Amino acid sequence: MATSLFWLFSALAIFAAVMVVTSRLAIYSILWLVVLFFTISGHYILMNAQFLAIVNIIVYAGAIMVLFLFVVMLMNVNDPNDNKKSIGLAIFGGLATILFLLSILNIVFNAQHTTKEINDLATTSTGDIGLVQNLGMELFKNYVLPFEICGVLFLSAIIGAVTLGKR
Amino acid sequence: MQIQYYLYLSFILFGIGALGVMIRRNAIIVFMCIEMMLNSVNLLLVAFSKVQYALNAQGIDGQIFVFFVMVVAAAEVTVGLAIIVMCYRNTRSIDIGLMNRIKN
Repeated sequence: MATSLFWLFSALAIFAAVMVVTSRLAIYSILWLVVLFFTISGHYILMNAQFLAIVNIIVYAGAIMVLFLFVVMLMNVNDPNDNKKSIGLAIFGGLATILFLLSILNIVFNAQHTTKEINDLATTSTGDIGLVQNLGMELFKNYVLPFEICGVLFLSAIIGAVTLGKR
Repeated sequence: MQIQYYLYLSFILFGIGALGVMIRRNAIIVFMCIEMMLNSVNLLLVAFSKVQYALNAQGIDGQIFVFFVMVVAAAEVTVGLAIIVMCYRNTRSIDIGLMNRIKN
């Protein structure tokens, strides 16, 4: 069950990613990116990280993608020059991506297994480290300083967005 | 599922995101491809957190890091979209080849 769900989510994620890159209109890219985020949330649930799955849907699919959608709808971009692709850029970009993937997948393929094999990574209900209670305790005990710095980061992001948007 | 399959999936998603950053001219799609790359790294962090948990019952740090990556991505998107809107207001275009026009 979990294995077939893994393959289903993986295939859908790769298809959605390809559609994000190849869609001609930005609004279709946004909708396919929402699909991609939902599949990645499915992977999180399969790996027993329930809190991150919910946060991924709320923050990415709920907040960031709505922000993208509003920006696209406000700008009304139908400029045909925006869809113009440079063929040389496509060739060399594809070549660079293929070389990157070949090199890094080759490393994984030839890796020596030093630790013992974990055969069933996509199994639910194994442990409870992905629940809100444990993550919250860890976040407010050992990671409280980075958490507060995140607040400062958000404040600076708000001020930056307002300053850029007001002109 | 073994960890290799998650590595393959994550690298393929990262590669597609990098390809989109390189070949697309629309600034919003470039931003979305950056989000895709961040998400592939998040997936990898969660997978290795699961491995760590299966080995020695630890691994909550990986999930905390995913949380912080999401925080940074949200802040980055806020400022980046504000910059894109400002650029569009000045030049009436979001082609990243024309971004040098926002200099003055």
